[in-house]
Formats: sequence, structure tokens, C-alpha cells
Amino acid sequence: MRITQGTFSFLPDFTDEQISAQVQYCLDNGWALNFEYTDDPHPRNTYWEMWGIPLFDIADAAGVMMELAACRKVHAGTNYIRMTAFDSSHGWESIRLSMITDRPAHEPGFMVERQEQAGRRIAYTTRAYVTTRPAGERYT
Amino acid sequence: MNDLTDTKAIPEKSRYSAGVMEYKKMGYWEPDYVPKVTDVIALFRVTPQEGVDPEEASAAIAGESSTATWTVVWTDRLTACDKYRAKCYRVDPVPNTTDQYFAWIAYDIDLFEGGSIANLTASIIGNVFGFKAVKALRLEDMHIPVAYLKTFQGPATGVVVERERMDKFGRPLLGATTKPKLGLSGRNYGRVVYEGLKGGLDFMKDDENINSQPFMHWRDRFLYVMEAVNKAQAETGEVKGHYLNVTAGTMEEMYARAEFAKELGSIIIMIDLVIGYTAIQSMALWARKNDMILHLHRAGNSTYSRQKNHGMNFRVICKWMRMAGVDHIHAGTVVGKLEGDPLMIKGFYDTLLGENVPANLQHGLFFDQDWASLNKCMPVASGGIHAGQMHQLIHHLGEDVVLQFGGGTIGHPMGIQAGATANRVALEAIIQARNEGRDYLAEGPEILAAAARWCSPLRAALDTWKGVTFDYASTDTADFVPTATAS
Repeated sequence: MRITQGTFSFLPDFTDEQISAQVQYCLDNGWALNFEYTDDPHPRNTYWEMWGIPLFDIADAAGVMMELAACRKVHAGTNYIRMTAFDSSHGWESIRLSMITDRPAHEPGFMVERQEQAGRRIAYTTRAYVTTRPAGERYT
Repeated sequence: MNDLTDTKAIPEKSRYSAGVMEYKKMGYWEPDYVPKVTDVIALFRVTPQEGVDPEEASAAIAGESSTATWTVVWTDRLTACDKYRAKCYRVDPVPNTTDQYFAWIAYDIDLFEGGSIANLTASIIGNVFGFKAVKALRLEDMHIPVAYLKTFQGPATGVVVERERMDKFGRPLLGATTKPKLGLSGRNYGRVVYEGLKGGLDFMKDDENINSQPFMHWRDRFLYVMEAVNKAQAETGEVKGHYLNVTAGTMEEMYARAEFAKELGSIIIMIDLVIGYTAIQSMALWARKNDMILHLHRAGNSTYSRQKNHGMNFRVICKWMRMAGVDHIHAGTVVGKLEGDPLMIKGFYDTLLGENVPANLQHGLFFDQDWASLNKCMPVASGGIHAGQMHQLIHHLGEDVVLQFGGGTIGHPMGIQAGATANRVALEAIIQARNEGRDYLAEGPEILAAAARWCSPLRAALDTWKGVTFDYASTDTADFVPTATAS
């Protein structure tokens, strides 16, 4: 399966040129970009690991793409990598765009665990198959 | 008969002689009045009865929506009545009409109970709409002072936190209303929900009249829907939701349904506008307390918001509902099957989403409105829209909106999942193009056609609904149009 978190997951994976165009759009809006990675793709895993702090002071797309290249060197293939744009303006002060740039070659997906309860109720747990293995050994 | 051009209120002694007196002379017409920053201001479109002076009709509205009755009462003199009288301070003819006038009326903040839409509206729209001196009356807009806004909770969740909870950024959210809206069993209903969510929608939705009927009782619906939501979440790795409509005959029953939705792990519930302002505020408080997103379906609004000369403009409902505390409200599509002039809808969206919204007569906004950091309320576009209009939808509505394709998802020839996928692919393709700086409005059909080359569900959607438009004249349109400048 293909997890479809992020702004563009229903489109074919972006080329570097296409990612760079999105970077430029974010920079033009004054947003700070950050790369994050994880090997726990649960939809409520909010805090992916940060690749350094957000790039508040990098003003050109090429610089941002160099950071992505550096992050990929360490984490591509074994982790999902996403690019997140932060808008600090009043009234928003949160994320404006969040897109997956890299994903593992094989995505096993999730299972639903159902715990039957009284009155036909079911307590649901979404569990990623990969998380039965320790962090760092999930997509190797 | 008194001289209608004499606008001065008359001296204290004769002002309170028993009998009937023109409202203008009782202190409800004060053309020199400068509204205080704490005043609530209402703008009415007044159509006086023939022979009735517009200023007198407007003063009567000020009177009847504040302290006055039809005759002089001496008991006014026991009160600080000058403060409590609403003051009509300006009356202008409506452009391009012969019998309509805009009346500006200011109300002292002490006339209203804090945090109560019911109290505010009991004054502003309580009595005056049946008043004989006017042939028709419409509440066009209101200015709510910051001091009064701060007595309201505002949206329980707000656009930013909703996006954070949903983990969805940078694009409109996608939804669909389950169809047929009546008759499906709980099991069949959940099927539609699962297919739509798995195919790529973020939300599915109960319709306004799905409550608890013989073909499907509410508990059954809630249980099957949550199975669908959880299964779709696991199939996609994305947070999904379904607006469970908790509308019911009593508050007790609505709370019971909302609690059950919470116990089942739903992230969002839904109510209808017809439950009334107080019930809406109560549900908004409940939603804030229980970390629940609150969707409002505007069922019933067109009975009073559509005709231009009588009732109230929908932008006022938008203001009241943002104050009352809902997170979502249906606010028009421009291109779909329901009423919606593009300029008017821009005004609604700005009212729901803005922080400091400047007056803009072309958009129907008569007042600057500082929203005093109340949360933003997400507009919902629903009714007769399809994937082939995606570039137009994003152009008119922006990205902070829920686009709901009901027929445009469920009516897809390859099935509901394919319908959902077509919409999601179309949406992401247009957002990508927009961010790349392309002229996505002009190039929209090409952008969609390019995506349809690798996405067969989108290709089928474009073929099926090619050329479907709803091109009727709007009834609710701007009174002010830009003047062409000589060049």
C-alpha cells in the first residue's frame, strides 16, 4: 500500500525539480522549511525526527535542496522523509504545507485490531506492521 | 402632522406627553451621532410602505429593536433612556433602486447579554420584521465590537487546530455526503462511508435530515460508520473522519448522541442550523470541552437569506455562527447547484476566515470587522460540484475550505472509491500547479487532462460530467459595482 499522508500523496512521486518548485513557493510566502524522517508511519505519529532545526535563514531553494540531499544520504530507503513549511504569522503559527519527499521501497501498511466490547462496541487500534520490529530496523 | 424635515428630538417636557409620536422625534434618529467603539451596529435594507418617510421608517426600526413601543411611556423617565435607545444615524438610498434604503443603526453594548446570540438576535431581529410601517426589511450586515466578541467562545477547534489534528495541510479538505440521504440501512450506509474515505476523501458526512429513522436508527449508524472510518484509516495511513449528525428533538438527546460519538472515537460531530442558536452554542461548548470538531449544516437558511429585500443576509449568519462557536459552516460553492454570487461568497469566506476584515462594499461587507482572535471557521462548499471544476473551485474558494462532492463522488461510473480518487488527484494536481506559479485557472482543463492520462478514475469523471454547469442568475448580488475609470 501507499500511505497517503501529506499534501501530494495521490500524485506520482515528485522529481527534485518539482520538489524545488514547491520549496520556492514556500520561501516566497516567507515560510521556514524543515525536513523530518520516521520509520513509524502511524497516522497519529505527530513528531517525526527533525533533520536539524527549521531552515529559518536559508532564502534560496538550492540551499534547501542541499539539506534534503544530506538528509537523504542518511535516511532515504530506511525512513519516510517529509518536508514541512512553518508559517509564523499571527493567527496561523503552524504548518502550511507538509509533503512526503521520500518513502521506503516497500510499504507493508497497517492492520486494524478490534477489541469487542459490550453493546456491539468495538475499540479500534491502527497498528503499522513494521512497528513490531525495533526502531531503526524496520525498512532494512 | 409633524414636520418630517425637523430631525431634532423635541424638548424633555413635551417628549413625554401621553400619546403617539414619531420615532424620529423620540430620539431614535440622530444624524450627528458618531458610533462608539463599543457599539453594536446593524445595517438594514428598509423598504418603507408608500408614503412613509425613509428616515421615520428607519427610526422606527431603531426604536422597535431597542426600547420603544408604539406610544410614549412615562416609565422611560425612570431609566437612562438616552443610552438605551438605538440610534439610527444614517439613511442612504440603495443604488439602482427606487424604494429601498440602507439604514445604519447603533446599539449601546449594555443592551445585550454577553455570550448570548439568542439575546442579541431577540433585539436585532426580534420584532421589527413584521412592522407595518415597512413593506420589507432585510438585515444586511452587522459590526460586532471587540468588547462584545470577547464574551463569546468562538469556534470550538478552529481551522488551524483542525488541520493539526487531521494532519492535513496545504490543500482544501475533501468530503462527500452519503447518498441517497434517506433509506440506507446502517450496514449499507457504512459501506458508502468506507468506500469514499478509502478512495481518498478526508471526511464523509451525514446529511441534514439523517437523524434516527425507521430505516436506520442512530446508534446503528454510528457503530457502522466508525467501523468504516477506522478501516479506511488503516487502509490509507491517513486520519479520516465522518460528521455524525447528532441533531435531535431535545438537548438531552443531542448530548447523549454526542457522548456516544466521543466514546466511539469520532473526531467530529455535526448539527443543523434549525436546532436554534442556543442549542448551537451549547453544542459548541460541549465540542470545546470534548476536543470535538463541530460541523454545522445550514439547513433552513435559504428560507430567510435568499431574497434581496426581506430577511437577512447569509453573511450575518456567518458572523453569528463564528461567534456561536461552530468549526464548519456551509457557505457556498460559486459554481455548484445552490445560490451563490462569487463576490458575495468572497464576503462570506472572508467573514469566516479573516482576522481583521476590512469593509468591502463589492463583497457586501459594510463594516471593518476585527475578529479579536476568535478562531477561524472553515467554510464548506457543497452542492453540485465535480472534479472538472477543481481549478475554478480553488480560484474562487482558496485552500481553507472543505470541498464536498456528494454526487460527484458517489455517482462515479467506476464506483465510489474511484470517484473519491478522481477528486483527490484533481485537487492535488491543481494545487501543485498553483504552487508552481502556473496560471492554473486558464490552464485548468489541460492540467486535469494531463493527470487523467495516468489516472483513469479522473478520466472517467471528466468524461461523465463534462460541461455540467449550473448557470443561473443569482438572486443575492452586490448593490455596489466598481465604476469603470476613464483610461
